[in-house]
Amino acid sequence: MTTSTSLVYLIALPLFGATILLLAGRRADKWGHLLATAMSASSFGVGLYQLSQMLSRPTEERAVGQKLFSWINVGTFNVDAGLLLDQLSICFVLLITGVGTLIHIYSISYMSHDENRRRFFAYLNLFIAAMLLLVLGDSYLNLYVGWEGVGLASYLLIGFWNQKPAYATASKKAFVMNRIGDMGLSFAIMIAFATLGTVSFSGVEEASHTASKAALTAIGVMLLVAATGKSAQFPLQAWLGDAMAGPTPVSALIHAATMVTAGVYLIIRSNFIFDAAPTAQLLVVIVGAITLLFGAFIGTAKDDIKKALAASTMSQIGYMILGAGLGPAGYAFAIMHLLTHGFFKAGMFLGAGSVMHGMNDQVDMRRYGALRKFMPITFITFGLGYLAIIGVPPFAGFYSKDLIIETAFNAGGIKGILLGSTALLGAAITAFYMTRVMVLTFTSKERWEKNQHPHESPILMWLPMAVLAIGSVTTGFLFTRGDALANFLNPVFGEHGEEHGTEHLFEPIVVSGMALVAVAIGVAIAIMKYQLSEVDSVAPQNVSIFTRIARKDLMQDSFNEAVFMRPGQALTSLLVKGDEKVVDGAVRGVARTALGAGAVLRQTQTGFARSYAALILIGAIALIAGIWVVTQ
Amino acid sequence: MNPYNYLYVSAILFTIGAVGVVVRRNAIVVFMCVELMLNAANLTLVTFSRINGTLDGQVVAFFTMVVAACEVVVGLAIIVTIYRSRRSASIDDASLLKR
Repeated sequence: MTTSTSLVYLIALPLFGATILLLAGRRADKWGHLLATAMSASSFGVGLYQLSQMLSRPTEERAVGQKLFSWINVGTFNVDAGLLLDQLSICFVLLITGVGTLIHIYSISYMSHDENRRRFFAYLNLFIAAMLLLVLGDSYLNLYVGWEGVGLASYLLIGFWNQKPAYATASKKAFVMNRIGDMGLSFAIMIAFATLGTVSFSGVEEASHTASKAALTAIGVMLLVAATGKSAQFPLQAWLGDAMAGPTPVSALIHAATMVTAGVYLIIRSNFIFDAAPTAQLLVVIVGAITLLFGAFIGTAKDDIKKALAASTMSQIGYMILGAGLGPAGYAFAIMHLLTHGFFKAGMFLGAGSVMHGMNDQVDMRRYGALRKFMPITFITFGLGYLAIIGVPPFAGFYSKDLIIETAFNAGGIKGILLGSTALLGAAITAFYMTRVMVLTFTSKERWEKNQHPHESPILMWLPMAVLAIGSVTTGFLFTRGDALANFLNPVFGEHGEEHGTEHLFEPIVVSGMALVAVAIGVAIAIMKYQLSEVDSVAPQNVSIFTRIARKDLMQDSFNEAVFMRPGQALTSLLVKGDEKVVDGAVRGVARTALGAGAVLRQTQTGFARSYAALILIGAIALIAGIWVVTQ
Repeated sequence: MNPYNYLYVSAILFTIGAVGVVVRRNAIVVFMCVELMLNAANLTLVTFSRINGTLDGQVVAFFTMVVAACEVVVGLAIIVTIYRSRRSASIDDASLLKR
């Protein structure tokens, strides 16, 4: 592999920014945001340079690496801190730094009234650095460092306004649920080392050809656990909705475009493991299919615009996981959907932030309405993202989502039909709830609270939205032209890139047709329900049981509380009691015995010399008698 | 004469001394009883020396006498001091060390 010495700058620049801003303190308040934005932008510049270098090389020499230092060197366990930039990483690098820079620019204006803006930008830079380390690490252990780093940044940013107890709780919830996934990743690394003897990507790939299927399945399942935690997939999905407590740019960058897609990256990076472990791969597909419906159902009932978008993120990542679980046929499409989703979802989140900005931080969509006239740019950019996510041609989501649905149908047999229909149903529901968001916010009638003066956001805010909107319009077309992205990525997925395509359940055009019909149905229902009839400005309570369950996030919190929290608390209090009664009891018992014995023996200490003499005499007699008895 | 008779005398002397130490209150009498016990032990040592035909017991008896003399000096000094401060030679009165 060729070596490139400039890879480290990708990570070092934002890390430098974060360090300076955190150490400089209030002194950096005036220029901190500018430095952070510049660092993110220059990292993007390095990324573009790397891309141009990569494209100028022939296909088989495109991956470059850089060894930073020898990290762990114990016996047979040798890990270098090294970076690897291949076709898969560069996609992520450009997404992270590109979208990241746009969101930095947006945040300059969005956070301008916050006195802790410098700290916010420091965390954003920290996040960018950690996320780049995650996608650039050349071994699972290096990836793990970045994985934990983004978890930390996410925790800090969700709880950025931690003066509100609910927000602090939300960040703790995200952190704890992520820890469960992180345990999965560390188990996967341990199993990989114990059975394969190495944790580097290339080493594991080589060893996976000869390793036992059981070991690979175990690693695969543990990696899936890790992915469900970080990517808010079933059954570790409950934290994402609450993560919307963070400032909106954070939701756009971390909880929509980049960090939550780390699970998809992990699975696709470990394609060699999942290809060799069909059971684990099947589990990936199941998780993806469940989550894409789970998120979609939640999305239909949420009135909080950010939570509706979060549910949609969960659902869209379900699509990506589904694609990633379909094997070599789906990897490239999962990444494509990930990239297009990064554009349109980040754009929509920024749009939501712009709406909140104009509406005094109101998030309840039932209190919006008719904002199209007051926020034309937000309306257009949000609308383009909307068209992209529901999959209207020729917008980006149409290409990427259609390809996943098509691949799902082609998975073969019952499995293919089930997965395909699930994905199709998900597309219809997506169309429904996204139309609902669109209608409730921008069209329909005004349902504002008093003293609302909606206005368009300043240029620093709408410019990034516009750039992302252009991305959501064009990327799908660009990526699929001549299968550009798939051909670019295929070398990463090894030699079996082209073995599929033997049987087609449906022709691509038929799948597209079905998807469009599903979308049309979803849009039509939403328009009938929300555009053509009156919408209450307060959520009605006399609704069906399904709506009520969906409003409560399909009871995910109640389930977790009943199954994990309460038994956990019971176990804890049991252990506390056991500690008090058994452990402390034993300690106190020993002390009490000594005290009691002392109280009794103390009685012999009378202070009378004669009684002491008598005791000595008795003792001596007893001793002599004892000796006499023994020696006789 | 049967040397074992000396042992019987010594045992009687020792018993008288021990009983005196335990029973009597007057410090001087207790002190004398202690001397009695020491001398009973000395008599035993000398007797065994005679029985075994060695000098070891006699040597140890001299040691005992030296120790006894020292003990008398220190002990009498203490008793006199206590008597001066408390106007009493009863050893039961001097029981302050229990607290």
